[in-house]
Order: sequence, then structure tokens, then C-alpha cells
Amino acid sequence: TLTCQQVGYFSGRLQKFNTFSQMRVCVCLCTDVSAQEQPELFLKKLQQCCAVFDFMDTLSDLKMKEYKRSTLNELVDYVTVSRGYLTEQAYPEVVKMVSYNIFRTLPPSDSNEFDPEEDEPTLEASWPHLQLVYEFFIRFLESQEFQPSIAKKYIDQKFVLQLLELFDSEDPRERDYLKTVLHRIYGKFLGLRAFIRKQINNIFLRFVYETEHFNGVAELLEILGSIINGFALPLKAEHKQFLVKVLIPLHTVRSLSLFHAQLAYCIVQFLEKDPALTEPVIGGLLKFWPKTCSQKEVMFLGELEEILDVIEPTQFVKIQDPLFKQISKCVSSPHFQVAERALYYWNNEYIMSLIEENSNVILPIMFTSLYRISKEHWNPAIVALVYNVLKAFMEMNSTLFDELTSTYKSDRQREKKKEKEREELWKRLEDLELKRSLQSDGIIPT
Amino acid sequence: RTKQSLAFKMAGADSDDSLYPIAVLIDELRNEDVQLRLNSIKKLSTIALALGVERTRTELLPFLTDTIYDEDEVLLALAEQLGNFTMLVGGPEYVHCLLPPLESLATVEETVVRDKAVESLRKISHEHSPVDLEVHFEPLVKRLASGDWFTSRTSACGLFSVCYPRVSSTVKAEIRQHFRTLCSDDTPMVRRAAASKLGEFAKVLELEYVKSDIISLFTALASDEQDSVRLLAVEAGVSIATLLPQEDLEALVMPTLRQAAEDKSWRVRYMVADKFSDLQKAVGPEITKNDLVPAFQNLLKDCEAEVRAAAANKVKEFCENLPEDSRETIIMTHILPCVKELVSDTNQHVKSALASVIMGLSTILGKDNTIEHLLPLFLAQLKDECPEVRLNIISNLDCVNEVIGIRQLSQSLLPAIVELAEDAKWRVRLAIIEYMPLLAGQLGVEFFDEKLNSLCMAWLVDHVYAIREAATCNLMKLVEKFGAEWAQNTIVPKVLGMANDPNYLHRMTTLFCINALSEVCGQEITTKHMLPVVFKMSNDQVANVRFNVAKSLQKIGPVLDSNCLQTEVKPVLEKLASDQDIDVKYFAQEAISVLSLA
Repeated sequence: TLTCQQVGYFSGRLQKFNTFSQMRVCVCLCTDVSAQEQPELFLKKLQQCCAVFDFMDTLSDLKMKEYKRSTLNELVDYVTVSRGYLTEQAYPEVVKMVSYNIFRTLPPSDSNEFDPEEDEPTLEASWPHLQLVYEFFIRFLESQEFQPSIAKKYIDQKFVLQLLELFDSEDPRERDYLKTVLHRIYGKFLGLRAFIRKQINNIFLRFVYETEHFNGVAELLEILGSIINGFALPLKAEHKQFLVKVLIPLHTVRSLSLFHAQLAYCIVQFLEKDPALTEPVIGGLLKFWPKTCSQKEVMFLGELEEILDVIEPTQFVKIQDPLFKQISKCVSSPHFQVAERALYYWNNEYIMSLIEENSNVILPIMFTSLYRISKEHWNPAIVALVYNVLKAFMEMNSTLFDELTSTYKSDRQREKKKEKEREELWKRLEDLELKRSLQSDGIIPT
Repeated sequence: RTKQSLAFKMAGADSDDSLYPIAVLIDELRNEDVQLRLNSIKKLSTIALALGVERTRTELLPFLTDTIYDEDEVLLALAEQLGNFTMLVGGPEYVHCLLPPLESLATVEETVVRDKAVESLRKISHEHSPVDLEVHFEPLVKRLASGDWFTSRTSACGLFSVCYPRVSSTVKAEIRQHFRTLCSDDTPMVRRAAASKLGEFAKVLELEYVKSDIISLFTALASDEQDSVRLLAVEAGVSIATLLPQEDLEALVMPTLRQAAEDKSWRVRYMVADKFSDLQKAVGPEITKNDLVPAFQNLLKDCEAEVRAAAANKVKEFCENLPEDSRETIIMTHILPCVKELVSDTNQHVKSALASVIMGLSTILGKDNTIEHLLPLFLAQLKDECPEVRLNIISNLDCVNEVIGIRQLSQSLLPAIVELAEDAKWRVRLAIIEYMPLLAGQLGVEFFDEKLNSLCMAWLVDHVYAIREAATCNLMKLVEKFGAEWAQNTIVPKVLGMANDPNYLHRMTTLFCINALSEVCGQEITTKHMLPVVFKMSNDQVANVRFNVAKSLQKIGPVLDSNCLQTEVKPVLEKLASDQDIDVKYFAQEAISVLSLA
């Protein structure tokens, strides 16, 4: 849908388009005119395609819509096959045509609370044209004749900013094209790289801390995945900050499942670049560990396993204590999928070898939970898995295992005693507070 | 010295250190279990009290400042606690001790924590003396305003307005400068925070600076590249407009507001529509007539349904607040034509927003105009395909009732009500039930008995419990309106008849109705008509019915006289108390004890 201003503007354009098309309706760009005339006709056709049609009204301008579609098709073919077409004057016209067509305020979502997991996305009505514009733009960017040094005058920060806003489109087809477009721009315009990263940062921060709504998170993360891959070592502070302050908090968002795979990929990329980041990453995941959403907990456990797959033993030692305290909580989760996902770690050979090396630390952390659920868990499959884990521990370090078994009861009693002491402390503190308030009543001069 | 601070002084003086070593208390704040840590933080005031003011300042606060890396939930509790800590650190002269931990909290990532820290900072800012404000508080604001990461700059935005009024003019100039810088910050998050505080900041500024500084900031933010910033400037614009003298409005604010009403982003236009009544009050009658009326027409005709719905919501308020001398003319010639179009809008949210306010126009336009111009619209909306639209019309009938009387509508009302009463969505049925007592009052007992009574009874056997429950409550309200005699003649027989229904759920509904009706019907009807039925149901073969008999007896006991309780109710409850079913026993015993029949 168009705003009033746009309508005014376009109706003017439309008229131009109308007369122009009648004049040139059968002149084909590639075949009907001589090579010298082609660049000029190319410019004219670009200008024609600046006219934008209202696709919400399915009956209006049918002929014109069809004509524009075939013109766009011609343009796509032309940039693909022609040589020597890209004159300097063509650049601003291409960018103008693309801008007029793709940059628009995205409409409000049809369903009041659009839930990407539940609802069907609203598809872009103008797709028959929009797709060809994207197609054309990508061919243009990928063309052998394309010169970033000229294009950078037109594909600037403002252009990129508007492009990034479009990633919020509900139409997955559009986001897919945008992904390719942004990827090409990031690849070809070195001067825009830092700016693009910063704006993506801002989008993510707004998403995490303000709106929790942005449709293109997965696509942006996918692009970032390959950007991170190309980071030079040692990593700049800016990139580390991005990891800790933006990527890790992305885990807190309700709709994590929609982009978790891409997010986990980015995280692992970072760790493969610089293993020293393991500690802040795992610390961050533990800080944001889901408290009420079991589905997210399973995702966290999956991501953690991916991280453990690439962890260096020296890094593992640094984080094993808090990490296994969390795993021990997951193992005893009443939600069997969470418990099961955590217990699967013991099927991972590399993780097993790390646990074995550090069994003197990990076994005492895990033992209580394992021992308790082996007797208490409602799900027989979980109990069976726990027996296997206990068995593995027994084989690993039988002395410690026996010791822990024999002290299990007295340890529980000690915990209970401590619990009681805490209650008494707080009771004394509350009595004190009460006494003080009585005192204060007493000493007030009346 | 206040009473309270004296009390705390005394408390501090005799606190027994050996009993509450800080290590033990800090251990509690460090506990591995988040829940326990959270509990301790929530009782931070108790800990501070135990330590006394001196040690709270020298030991507890430094500890808290140093260890601010925790779960956000713990930090949130801490930020809240510290806002109420002034007395616990020794009163206003020491309140600045609270600034370091709150400063750290104001820089964390999580928005709720930051907001809470800012809220606490705003609170304790008032407890600072003017000197402390300049020595301690204002430097903190400056540090936050020039922080590296956006979070601290965002927090700073909310602190300018609380310190500005009480500092020297040099410091004031600095504060204005900092605010100006943040309004053009690099990150949109900070610009959004600044835009959202612009109105508040303008209110504490001297008028000359409102004109020189604020207007240019407002204009810049209102044309920001991001629509999320521009839309926040709209609200600021409304506040600013209330501050300026009428003669400056046209030149300083109106061009920007006009531009916002035509912004290319629907979000901004939505915001204008949403704030339209405030805007109207802020700019006064003349500008309203010349500018806002055409702007409002455009918003009502906007291409985005979202904007139209927001504007439709404001129709009544806007019309109400039009200057009296030209109100009717403006409504009839400019607003009503747009409203007519909205009645057949393609979007149901728009129609439903309109339906929720359109009836209010009748009081403004008076009887003749209502009958001639509004009534056709009401009737059209009563036949709308979307139940929400019809419901909104029905729920606002009282406005029309006052002006033209409901009879004008009753012929069209009935089919609409019947259709809603049978809607497939139970929430729609529930909503119409809730309006039944109101409708009954307006339509009168005759109309009700003739047309609506059967609907009310039908709801009692609805297959959704929530509907049956609401229907029960509805009967009670109807009896309150029409009286006990009416109840005895029209509804009690039907309700009691259901006691013999083969479906145990319907039999239980009888009991629920009795629970609701006994009090409004009074002792006589309850004892004579209802009680025998309850007794009879105590022999029901379904345990759920039997224990509901026990519950009903407990409920209606207070309405009965003591003789009846002793001689009739008691034996039945005693029998139920020896029932085979454990729940029946439980509720029977409960009733016996509540009614003191043991």
C-alpha cells in the first residue's frame, strides 16, 4: 500500500510510463536496437520501472503491470548477457529504480500478534515485480562490469540502512533475496563493512531489549556467520564485544527457536577463531539459562554440546565447575526431554574423555543429582540412562564413587542442618526488625 | 530530625556485631542457589538494619558495588531495594553513598534492571541537598551521559529532568548541552531514550530554553531517519505544545506536527492518531479548527487500517472537545462523512474501534441529528458480520438510551442479541451475557420476559462451564433488578426443574444457581422452594452433586433461620458426613463446622 505522498508522486510517474510504453511497447532491449542505442534505451527502461503499482488492488492497471513485468525481465536478461552496458550514468539510475521499488515502510502485520512459529506469513503482494527487481539488482552487483568504486557514490550508508530495515519483511522469499544482496554489498564495498556490522548490532539490540520483534534475525545471523568466518586474528575488541554484548543476549529472546541454529553457528565460529572466548561464552549462556521454558533449555543443551565438541581441554577446566552444576540441574529436570538431552552428553566420546580426565571435580558435582533421580525420576527411560552414567562414573573413578556413595546420607543431613541454620538466622533478623520497630514506636515523644 | 531517622540511629547504636557478622550475611547474598540469593536481596533492608547505618555504608554498599555481576532478576531486586535505602544508610546527608551501586546498575544490558535503577536514582535524587546534587549526583549523570556503551547513555536520559531544577545556572547549561548531545547520538537506542524524555525535560526548562533548545531538538528527532525515533517525538511534541504560549505554537511546533501526521511511516501516523486528543487539548481551539480537523479527516481515511482504527477510537473524544460554537457544524460537515465510510470499512478492527465510541456521538449531536444521521449507522453496525462490532454497539447502548430512548433500536437489537447469544465462540457469548443486566434495565421487564428470558435460561445449559457460570451470576443480577417476586414467578421454577435433569452437570447448575440466588431471593423463597430441592439432591447418585449439596448448604446457611438449620439442615449434613465418598465427607464436615452445627 502506498502513502498519500507516494500515490501523488507515482501517479505522475505512471502517466509518463503510460505514454512511454505506448510509444515503445514492442522495442526489445537486446534484439530490436543497435548496440549503440542500447545504453540509452537501458536508461529509459530503468526510468520506466520506477513506477510502482498498487498490488492490493488486483484489478487495476493489469496491462501496465504486465508491461512492467516484461520490461523487468528484459532488464534482467540484459544485465546478464550484455557487455559494455554499464556506463557511469547507469549507476544512479539502477540504484534509483531499485530504491523506488524495494524501499517502503513495511505494512503492519495482518494478525495482531504475528507469531512466526504459528501463523502463516503474509506474502508480499507486489512480489511479481519485486522479485524481478531483486533478481536484476543481484545480477547487476554480480556483473563482471560492476565497479564498486563508482557504485559507492550511490550505494551508501543511507541505502544500506534502508536495506537492513527491509529484513523485517514477513515474506521469507524477500528476506532470502535480501540476504544475497547484503552479502554481495558486504563483499564488494569495504568502506561499508563496519557500518553494516554496527547497524546489524543496533537491529539486534533493539530486538533483544526493546521489541522482541524482527523477522529477519535468522537471515542476518546467516550473513554474520560468514562474516565472522573471515575475521582476522587476533580478533578486534569490537568483534569480541559483539559476541558478548549482542550474540549472547540474543539467547534470551522468546522466539529463539526461529534463529537458534544460525546463532549457535556464529558462536561456534567465534570459539574456533579464539578459544580464549570460551569462558565468557559459557558464562553468558549459564547466566541466561532458561528458567521456565523447557524447549529453550533443550536448545541451550544442544548448543553447549556443539561448543564442547570444539572446546580445548585447558578451557574446559576453567568452566567445568559452573557448567556441570547446571548440567546436574538439567539431568534432574522433571521434564524428561531436558534430562534426556543432558544425559546424551555421556554418549559423546570427546565429552566423555574430558569428563574422565576431570572426574575428581565433576563426579562430586553430578553425584547427588544422579543418585537421587536414579531412585526418584518418574520416567523409566531417564532412570535407565542415569544408571548408565552412574556405571560409567563407577568405572572411571571407583574410589571416589564409593566414597560419595557412603557419605551420601551424611552429606544430605549436613545440608539439612545448614538449611535449618539459615532459617534460624533469618528468623533472628526478622525478630530484630520487629523489635526495632517496636522500639522506635516507644521512643517517639508524644 | 524525623522520627524514623532517630529510630534508626538508636538501632545502629546498639546493634550487636557478634550476633550478625557481616560475613554470614554476605554469604547469604552470595549463595549459589539463585533463589536463595534473590530472597536475601529482597530482604536487604533487614540485613542493613542488622548491620546498622555505619557498617551498611562502609561494608555492605562497597560489597554490593563490587559484586554487581549476577542474574538480572537479582539485580532488579537490588535496584529496587536501593531506592528505599536512604534511612538505612543514615538519612539524606548520606544518601549519596547509594549512588555507586545504582550507577553500575544503570549501565547493565537488561532494560528492566536499568529502568529500575533509573527509577531509584530519580527517587533518591529528591533526597539530595542542592550541594550534594551538584557534588555527587550531577557528576554521575555526566559520567553516564558520556559512557562508552549505549546502555549508560540511555539511562542518563531519564536523569536530566530530576536534577535540572535544583542546580546552579552553570551546571544547568552543562546539562542542556549533554541532553543535546544525546539527542543526536549515533545509536538509535539512545536517540529513542532521549526522544521519550524530551517532553519531560522540556517541562523543567525555562521558557527561553524551551524555545531555543528544545524546539530544535524536537524538530531534529521528528525527522530522524528511523521511524521508531520519529514516533516518540510526537508525544514530546504534545508536551512541548502545552508549554508554549499560543502565539508561538504555529511557528514552532505546528510545521513538525503537520509533517508527522503525514509521515511516510504508518507507525508515526498511528502515534499521531493515538495522541490526537492530547494534541487537541494542547494546541487549543483555533489550531484545532484550522489544522487538526483536516488532519483528523486524513487519519480517518488513512491507507493503513492500523491508523484508521487508532483515529476511529478518538472520534468521540475529538468531537467532544471541539469548540462549542462550531462543534455541530464541524462534526456534520467534516467528521460524519468520514465516519459513515468507516462503518463499511474493509477492516474489522477499524469497524470495531468505531463501534466502541460511535454511540457517544448521540449525546453531542442531540436527538434530531441522532435519529436522522446516527441511527442508520448504529443499525448498520448492529448487522455487521463481525461479532465484536455488534457487541461494541450493544455494550454502549446507555449513551443512546439517554438521548433517544432504546425503543428506537429494540427491533434491530433483538436479532443482533439473539445471534450473539448463539455465537459459536464462547467468548462472544460470555461478553453478551455480561451486558444482559444492563440491557434488561434499559429494555424493561416486559420486553425482557417476552424476548430475552429464554436466552438467559438457555445459557444455563451451555456446554462451556464459563458460560454456565456467567449465566448463574447473570440471574442474580437480574433478580437484583426485577425483585424477588419476579424471580419466584419466572426463573426459580425453571432453575429448580433442572434438578431432575438426566445430565449431572445440569443438576449441579441448579445448585450453583441456588448459591447465587438465595441471598437476593430472601429467606422465605429459599426455605420454601429451594431448600427441599437441595435436600432431595443429597441422595443423588453422582458424588459431585452430593458434595455440591454440602457446599450449597454451607453457602445458603446464613439465609436460613436457626431452627431450620438445627432440625433440617443438620441431619442432612450429618448423613453426608458419613458418605462413602471422601470429598463428600470433607465438604459436609466443613459445612458443619462453618455453620457451627457440631
